[in-house]
Amino acid sequence: MAAHAAPVEFALPQVLTYPAPTPPILVAQGAEGRLYKTTYITPSLPCALKYRSPKQYRHPILDARLTKARIQAEAKVLDRCCREGVPVPAVYALDATAGWLAMEWVDGVPVRQGINVWLGDRPEDDAISDAEVADETPLVDLMKRIGDAVGALHRTGVIHGDLTTSNMMLLPWADGQSNGASSEDGEKKKAVGGDVILIDFGLATQSVTDEDRAVDLYVLERAFASTHPRAERLFTHVLEAYKQTFKKAPSVIRKLEDVRMRGRKKSMLG
Amino acid sequence: MSLETIQIERVPGTHRVDAAFFRDVSNAEFLQSQLLGRNADFEYAFIDASSVASRLHLLSAVYHAVNTQLTGTLTTTNVHSEVVLSLSPSNNIAEAYRRWGITPAKTKDIIVVSPASTLPTPDEIEQRLREKVQGTPVPLSDEEISKSTDWPKLRKYYGLNGVPILAAITDEAVRVKEMERLIIMRMALRGL
Ligand SMILES: Nc1ncnc2c1ncn2[C@@H]1O[C@H](COP(=O)(O)OP(=O)(O)O)[C@@H](O)[C@H]1O
Ligand SMILES: [Mg+2]
Repeated sequence: MAAHAAPVEFALPQVLTYPAPTPPILVAQGAEGRLYKTTYITPSLPCALKYRSPKQYRHPILDARLTKARIQAEAKVLDRCCREGVPVPAVYALDATAGWLAMEWVDGVPVRQGINVWLGDRPEDDAISDAEVADETPLVDLMKRIGDAVGALHRTGVIHGDLTTSNMMLLPWADGQSNGASSEDGEKKKAVGGDVILIDFGLATQSVTDEDRAVDLYVLERAFASTHPRAERLFTHVLEAYKQTFKKAPSVIRKLEDVRMRGRKKSMLG
Repeated sequence: MSLETIQIERVPGTHRVDAAFFRDVSNAEFLQSQLLGRNADFEYAFIDASSVASRLHLLSAVYHAVNTQLTGTLTTTNVHSEVVLSLSPSNNIAEAYRRWGITPAKTKDIIVVSPASTLPTPDEIEQRLREKVQGTPVPLSDEEISKSTDWPKLRKYYGLNGVPILAAITDEAVRVKEMERLIIMRMALRGL
């Protein structure tokens, strides 16, 4: 047992074993892969390197094929989004066979974290003062920007497949937005400020049907409710903004009603 | 000093990257004949600077080429020709040479890159280039490169005409940055 107590050091992908002045930093470790912060071409250009390591539980040939196909698919979606003006990181380099993809580093925090900073850590049943209710604008604005970003994505015919507040980043605005009365107030405002950048297209597909788009929104709605129960009632602003983003968006929102209904039936049946 | 040794992130010491930029080259025809004749003294990638957007663009191609060699997946004969191919968004090698290599009648400004030279020192490379390339050495800076860039050509090569994001940008400097971003991505996705 003691032999296993030491923290597990993951083997770096080959590409990160070559020399660079700044060592790579492991930022996230998921079921499918790892995300490193590293540099591209020059020490001053940070990049995010996503690495899908070989899976021992899969047949090696199948695993290699799957990894390659997924990296390629993710890169293609990012390329398409960039050209269409959907806010996503651009791809710098990739080696699908080796299982990695390097993209622009988004120098911000996941939306989840920004919202949690805004909400603070008071218990849920705490009385909310009038002042707080009156000044929800920054959070409401963030909800609208999320709706805009998802709308832009769907307009181009891409379904994300795993929309959560962890799979969107907040890229802070240049400055000037930080004029809060108290500094704590200013900090909170800052936490929900910034451009929304969509990330993690590992499960993305192409579709323009109301059904697929509505399911994508439903996934986000459920994820939002469970991650941010205290802000659940504000989710409607995401949908309101989404509605304005392309011609078929209103019919997607109507479809969302059906999807919710099915979801409820399913959960009642257990 | 016209030759620059460039440190690229995660390019190992076995692949020292040396580069030089020559303006108004008068002997492009001779240079091309030496390349075609596989003269061993011409173990460099000769790039037509009008097809290059920036330093980052050029070095991205170098990085791809080196990485291809390191993983044993070269699709051309050596790392130098791989640099030329890496600049292209397609796998058509002849086309890549036409567009990014040198063309006697057209090429004026030439960037010479050597990832993984067989020569021991940058000085020796500089010496050889001085003897062989008839042109004015200038620094390999974004500023100098931008004076040579032929944007209408690049827009065509990288399929940037009619791209929605570019149509939406009014500021010229912002548009150039965005084009560079899309170009680098197209290179990364070559053949996909
Ligand atoms: N381009 C990026 N810039 C900065 N951080 C990123 C970037 N991409 C991912 N991350 C960080 O890494 C985490 C995991 O990346 P993600 O693509 O979501 O992979 P996973 O499939 O493991 O969820 C994200 O939640 C985010 O915090
Ligand atoms: Mg994720």
